[in-house]
This record gives sequence, C-alpha cells and structure tokens, in this order.
Amino acid sequence: MDASTSFETHHDPHAHSGEHEHHQLGWWRTYIFSTDHKMIGIQYGLCGLIFLFFGFSLMMIMRWQLAYPGQALPVIGKWLPYFFGANTMPDGKMTPEFYNSLGAMHGTIMIFLGVVPVAFAAFGNFVVPLQIGAPDMTFPKVNAASFWAFAVGGVIMLTSFFVPGGAAKGGWTSYTPLSDISDKGPGFHPFLNGQTLWLVGFIFLITSSLLGAVNFITTIIQLRAKGLTWMRLPFFVWSQFVTAFLLLLAFPPLEAAIVMQLMDRTAATSFFLPAGMIVNGAPLHISGGGSPLLWQHLFWFLGHPEVYVLILPAFGIVAEILANNSRKPLWGYKSLVFSVLVIGFLSFVVWAHHMWLTGMGSTVSAFFQTTTLLISIPSVIILSAFFISLWGGSIRFTVPMLWATAFLPMFGIGGLTGIPLAFNSADLYLHDTYYIIAHFHYIVAPGTIFGLFAGVYYWYPKATGRMMNEFWGKVHFWPSLICMNVIFLPMFLQGMLGMHRRWYDGGQGWTLSGEHIWGLTGFQWNTPISWAAWIMGLAQIPFIFNFFWSIKHGKKVNDNPWEATTLEWTAPSPPPHGNFVITPVAYRGPYEYSLPGREKDFTMQNEPVEPSERSRRAAEPVLVH
Amino acid sequence: MEIPYTISTRPDTGLWNAKIGIWLFLASEVMLFGGLFSAYIFLRLDARPGEWPHGLLNVPVGTMNTAILILSSVTVVLAWAALKMRRYRAYWWYMLATILCGVIFLFVKLYYEWPQKFEHYGIFIKPAALEKYEQYFGNNRRTEKGLEPRIEISGHLHNPEARTDANIKEYEIGLDPVYVDPNSPANDRPHFLYVPPTDHLATIEKEDVERIDSFGPWHSAYFASYFTITGLHGAHVLGGVLVFIYMWLPVSKRLYQRNPEHLANRVEVCGLFWHFVDLVWIFVFPLFYLL
Amino acid sequence: MNNPPDISQDPAEHEEYAHGIQKHVKGYLMVGAALIVCTALTVGLSYVNFGSQKANIIVALLLAVFKVSLVGAVFMHLAAEKKLIYRVLIFTGFFVFALFWLTYLAWYNPIVR
Repeated sequence: MDASTSFETHHDPHAHSGEHEHHQLGWWRTYIFSTDHKMIGIQYGLCGLIFLFFGFSLMMIMRWQLAYPGQALPVIGKWLPYFFGANTMPDGKMTPEFYNSLGAMHGTIMIFLGVVPVAFAAFGNFVVPLQIGAPDMTFPKVNAASFWAFAVGGVIMLTSFFVPGGAAKGGWTSYTPLSDISDKGPGFHPFLNGQTLWLVGFIFLITSSLLGAVNFITTIIQLRAKGLTWMRLPFFVWSQFVTAFLLLLAFPPLEAAIVMQLMDRTAATSFFLPAGMIVNGAPLHISGGGSPLLWQHLFWFLGHPEVYVLILPAFGIVAEILANNSRKPLWGYKSLVFSVLVIGFLSFVVWAHHMWLTGMGSTVSAFFQTTTLLISIPSVIILSAFFISLWGGSIRFTVPMLWATAFLPMFGIGGLTGIPLAFNSADLYLHDTYYIIAHFHYIVAPGTIFGLFAGVYYWYPKATGRMMNEFWGKVHFWPSLICMNVIFLPMFLQGMLGMHRRWYDGGQGWTLSGEHIWGLTGFQWNTPISWAAWIMGLAQIPFIFNFFWSIKHGKKVNDNPWEATTLEWTAPSPPPHGNFVITPVAYRGPYEYSLPGREKDFTMQNEPVEPSERSRRAAEPVLVH
Repeated sequence: MEIPYTISTRPDTGLWNAKIGIWLFLASEVMLFGGLFSAYIFLRLDARPGEWPHGLLNVPVGTMNTAILILSSVTVVLAWAALKMRRYRAYWWYMLATILCGVIFLFVKLYYEWPQKFEHYGIFIKPAALEKYEQYFGNNRRTEKGLEPRIEISGHLHNPEARTDANIKEYEIGLDPVYVDPNSPANDRPHFLYVPPTDHLATIEKEDVERIDSFGPWHSAYFASYFTITGLHGAHVLGGVLVFIYMWLPVSKRLYQRNPEHLANRVEVCGLFWHFVDLVWIFVFPLFYLL
Repeated sequence: MNNPPDISQDPAEHEEYAHGIQKHVKGYLMVGAALIVCTALTVGLSYVNFGSQKANIIVALLLAVFKVSLVGAVFMHLAAEKKLIYRVLIFTGFFVFALFWLTYLAWYNPIVR
C-alpha cells in the first residue's frame, strides 16, 4: 500500500465535506497513527503488556540479588553491563545504586506504564465504545494524542536507564527530600539525569491519562446507544467511568507536585526542602522553608485513588466474565454500581493512611482510619456479589473464567490483609516491611493482572475473529497461579518477622531472621520466592506464543463465541471502522442470561422485549434490573 | 462514520460533546491549580515569622495585567456573540483584540516583571546578628507593635562579585526604601507604587550573612510558588493565544462559511478555557501581589 | 442571565435572535466593567487595615471569590447551564475542598511541631 496516496486522500478538502465515503487508509494511518479507538486500544494493550513484562524482568534481576546477595548473576549477568552501563553490574554483581534504580523503575513501570495503560486505556478504548454501541470515541484525535503522549512518556522513562548515573533511585513514590537531592552533582547531567527524566516522563504520562479520562467520560455520557440507560450499562462501563473520574481529578495534584519537584531540581526552589539540610557533610545552599510532607500529601492524593484505578477495571472485566460463564445475571447489579461509585468517592479521602508514620496527630489519624475502614465496605460488597453470582450457575470453566475465578480469592487475600494496615497501631510494626509488599501485590499482581489476562483471553476473539488456544491458556494459567502464591504468601511471614522492604542484601544480616518459620529463616525464604518468580517468568512464554500465534492460526469463531449478551458481541469480529453494521438499540439490561421460556440461555441487549415476556417479567421482579 | 453530537446537542444531556469535554478538562485544571494553591497555603502556614515576604511585587503593573486579562475575557465572549449573530468581521476584530491582550500580558510578565526580580537581591541576616543591623530593621519597634520581625535586607547589590570572591569580606547594597527609614509607620505596610532601591548604601559583613540570593525562585518559598504558579499560568496563556491565533487565521473563515455554528462552538470551548485562565489570575493577583 | 437559544434558520426569527444576543452583549460589557472596578477595589482595600492580617486576607479573598463567580456565572454561562455540568463541578468542588481542608488539618494537628 502506498502511504503517499493515502495522505493525499486525507488532505483532499472534499474528504471532510460530509460525503463520508469509506477511505482505504494507508498502512501508517491504519496501524501506527490511527485514530480508531480499536487500534489505539490494541496499541495501548501491546505496549502495556510489553512494559509489564519489562517491569517484571527488572524484578527478576532484583530477585537474584535478594536470594543470592553479592554473588554474580549467572549467564545474563555478563551481558547486562553492556545494556545498562558498566557501573550497574560489574562482573555480574549488582551495585546498590542499580538495585535502587531497578526497584524504583519496577514500581513506576508496572503501575504507570503497564497496568494503567492495559486496564484503563487498552480495555477501555477497545471495549467501552463497543459495549455502549458507539461508532468511536467522542474525540478520536485527542485519543491518538493520548496514546502518543503515553508513548513519549514511556520512551523518556526507558531512556533514563541509559543516562550517566542510571535511572531514578528514589522509589516509585519519589519521596522528598531524597529525590530532590539524588542524581545531582559530579557525574550527573543537570537535566538528563534519572530523577529529572522520571519527572519529565511523568508529565507526559499524566497528560496522556488526562486526555484519555476526558475522552472516556464524554464518550460514556454522550455516545450511549439508544435505549442504553445508565442502569442498563454493563458493569465494566461503570467501572471505567468511575476510573476515568479518579484519573481526571486525582492526577492533577500530582502533576502540580511533579512540577514543583522539577522546579526544586532545576530552578533551585525549596518546595520540599526544609532549611538547614546537610548533604555529604556540607550544608545545601537552599532557601529552605519547604516541607517534605507536602510532597507526600500531594503524591498520595493521587496515590490512593490510583490504587482504585488499578483495581476497578479488573472488577469490571471479572464481572463481565463471571456473568457470561456462570450463565446467570450478575447478582446485585445495582449494589455493585453504587459500591463502585462510593469507592470512587471515598478513595479521595483516605490517602493519609499511607503516612501514619509521618507524625500526624490523633485527630487526623482518627479521621483517616475511619474513612479507610469505610472504604472496605463497598469493596467487600463487590467481592461478595461476585461470589454469590457464581452460586447456582452452570459454570463453564473457559480460560477467561479460570483467571476470573482465581481473581476472587487472590483479591480477597490482598484486601483482607490490608485491614491491619488501616489501623495506625498495627501499621507502626508492619510499615515498610515485606508484609506491605505482599499486601499490595496480592491486589495488583494476582488481582488486577489476573483480571487483565482474563480480559485478554475474553475479548481476543472480538479483536481478531479468532480464539486463543485453550490448552496453552491453561498451561499459562496454572503455573502462574501457583507461582504467584509461592512468591507473595511467604512475604507476609517475612514481613511479620520484621524484614524491611528496601534491604539491598535481602535481609542477610538481620538477626531476627534467625527465627524460623516453616523451617526457613526470613532470609532463606528469599530463595524459593525468587525461584517461583523466575518460573513464573517462564510461564508467560506460552501466553506470548499463544497471543501471536492465534492471530493467524487460532480457531476461527463467529461474532459471539462466548454466547454473551452485551452489545460488543453484536458487532462483526473484528469490528470494521465505525464498528456496527446496524446501529444498535438496547432494549434490556446487560446480563439477561437463562431467561425462562427461551430457546437459548442468553438474550442479547439488542433483542426487543417480547409481549409474552412482559407479563412474566411483572410476575418475576427478580429478573428486572 | 460520523460521530454524533459534535455540533448538535444530545437530547437527554442537552449538550454537545466538546462542551462536556472542556468542562471535564477544566475540572482537572481546577485540581491542578488547587494542588498548587494548597501547596501555597501549606508553605505559608509553615513559614516562620518574617520568612514570608510582603510587598516585593510591582502592584500597578500587576493591576494593569489583571485588567488586561479581564478585558481579553470580555473580548473573547464578544467574539463568540458576534459569531452567534453571524458577524464574521466583528468576530475577527474581537479575536485580534483578545490575542493582543494575551500577548501584552505575556510580554509584561516575561520582559518586565520577571527580569527585574533577578537583579534584586535579598540578604538574610543570621539570627544572632539581627541586633547589629537594627538601624535597618527597626525590629524593636516592630516587636512592640506586634508586627513580624524583619530578617532580610534587600536592594540593589553594588558588588555582585562579592558573592563568589572570598577575599571580599562585605556586601554593599543600595537599600530598598523600607530599610532606609524602618521606623516610619508608613513602611509598616507595602506601598502601592513601586519605588526602586535608593542610593543609600549599607555595608553588611559576610560573616553576619546567612544567605544572599536574588529574587528568583531560589529566594524563598514565596518566590518559588510565585514563579511556579505564574509560570504555569503563563504557559496556559501562551497555549490559549496559540489556539486563538489558529482560530483567527483564514482557516476559520473557511470553517465559518461551511458551518458557522461549528466555529461558534469551537470559540465557545476555547473561550471557556480562556475565562478559566482569567479566573486563576483573579486568585493569583491578591495572593501574591497584595497579601 | 439566560443563555441565548440556538440559532434559527428563519431570517425573521434570526433578526429577533440577533437582537437577543445584543442584549447579552450589554450584560457582558457591564460585567467586564464591574470586574475592573472590583480589581481597583481589591487593590484599594489591601491598603486598609481590617484589624489583623487574617481579616485582610479574608476581605481580599471574598472579593476574589465574588469576581470569580461573576466570570463563571456570566462569561462561562454557568448561571444557566445544564445539570450535568453542575454535577461535574460539584464533584470537583468537593475534592478540591478535601484537598485544601485535609492538607490544612494535617498541618494543624501534628504530634510534634
């Protein structure tokens, strides 16, 4: 295909004059600089999955240092210095600075370049317009801009590995004053250093999220198909709607904080630096008058809603899959919707529970403990509704369903272990230990990421017209499930032994780790954990293979292979530009499975309500949402 | 494929797409500047007595810039009204006026207000040496009257080389009027008119100096927030001006001939953004210039 | 002040419509003038001592809030806007308030200063 012709077509003034004939767009405009929501969703998804694997690889390298501190990393240890620079792993042995870089970038990449793009941007872009019966997002060009801002942000983050001194080392939270003064001085470029690039990259990522959020909310409000009232929206759309609001309103204060930290680093301001700081024995020439706590407040003002940005889309995906595979309406649709709204609302007023140890007074602590415990109520309602949805269903254990069912107990563990952390008295002990790591990873790793895998397997046939291979899907699922638990369950024990999460030597010298749990000391537990992590890395290979192989060789399926009810399954697979052949109209709720008196056990949203149904519906109010 | 409700309104919301889009964007902007202003409050509350400076900005110039922004808000809404009445010529002139207002605002900021600050120095005196420079501070009287103490002497630095040359033992500074007559009640509150540093030279020994800095972002938490917030605000003004220039160029005429309502909607959306920028400045002005 | 209705294609009606807008234009000019006057007032009042710095700040901010609500209500048409936009703004207002108030609370109530 000739790209130049397609550009001419584009510039032709008649192209916009309302004739709306279908143009054959060139390769570049179809696959790279696309404004089609499906292509942007797939771009986001692929980039996000690659970033997820990259972020996971960083952790796999770190796990070597934790299990075998000070020993040379075999095989790849020799090659890594060529990639990351000579000072990172001399002779295959990791330096403390590089360890810090890996830790900070693992968190940043997994959250902001991996999970958010896949959960929010990829699934949101691909699925939401289809589920609401829209031809595209409201602002397709803004949508493309959002993706490209994300891409630039990602490139900047990756570039920061290769500047002198390496990537940011201040942790994914970039706490000041440490991050204000790190990566500065001899050996560092004034602008092209890890921490400054981290900040600049972040500005692009935030821009991307803001543009995406504006687009999502407008799309959901304006482009719902005829008849698709708010209470007929699939739960996934609701979860994306709330997520978009969280991103829209929580990210800007962090952007403000990032601009301030950027000023601190480049314009010598002291937003986050108190007076009288002494670094390397010499007093800093700064005005002072700043407050390190201010950074923490602004960071966690985003940081906590961000947790729900990570989990809500997974809730949505799991809800769709549970209803579809249990062949039963989702239990308590309304309470799910209200729970998700309450979560969105409360998530803005709980942030300081990340800061119990910063010296807040009892009044403030009491306030934040109360709101933190309150927010667990809607989360429990959602999880309970999911479990009850399974009750009495005729469950099909398809691959997406395996991931979705595994999500439930995993998220349960993650959520329940968070309750001790909500009390500042218990948190005094558990703060900054491996317990914290285990807690939030149970939510985002076997929680959210399992939800994401479920979504990939579930909507893959819609995107390609072909199924992913079921056998390899199961080969992917079972080792991942087992390894996840071998990795994170022992971390609770390590944490309760008091192992600190930032130790570079894996807690080798920690005396209390002499205490044994299940036959191993805290430090010795690092070895099985690390091996589980590496095996889990291997377990992703079937997925990668399956993902690309099935594009061409997967089993061909019809438009609705899962026999689902929501509107995206009325579009052709893959949907053409503009999505629907016939503009859909919704006549009923999103989960009309197993309606009595019907031939098939699913009734799609665009099937008109029959007269015979009306009288029965009046008699059986249970089925009416 | 056609995306619905780009120009017409959706019946159940009564709105077209871009209007919702811009309001959502403005909501995020509210949070952005909200974050910055909450930082301002936090830092100001945290400041020790005398640490938060007053009256260092040029009030008449700030007032003029405020008026210019308000004027531009009026012209942009008139531009929109002209389009609604299908008077393109009037629209064109109002738009030009808006662009000029924006440019003047930026010009004043970048070429007058900001550079002046970088040539003005403040010398913070060590707490132990404050008494020694009482003739410039007038702190005895201030303590009696319950006013915040003065801890900094500012003005025009006559020997800037002293900052780097260790052999020079003292700074020579042409005092700002406040320090010439510190005990005058007239100097208890900032003046309206900007008065440049006087020729009254003060000699300050280096060993009494805690810190010397020009009035740049590094000077204090006050100037840090001033430069950050006005800088970010300036970036918004610049963005608005660029978009308005695009809408004023002949491209807009073609859109107007094809679909005048579409252009009117675009102007309305950008106008909303512009009013928001004006609105932020309405808070910036008293918080930094007056209080 | 209400928003002008959508434009009509009918020339006679359009005349009337244009006339309606003309009335609005007057309103915009008056609000512009009021804003300039308020700016002058803000500057003037900042040189009057209302007893304490706190009182001075409150007076100046009240005036700013008044000006901002004029801009919002008239220039940004918030005086007669659709419900949806009010809802978005109420939410935003709540969260801005949370940001300000809780940050203040955290500053106000530390264990040690």
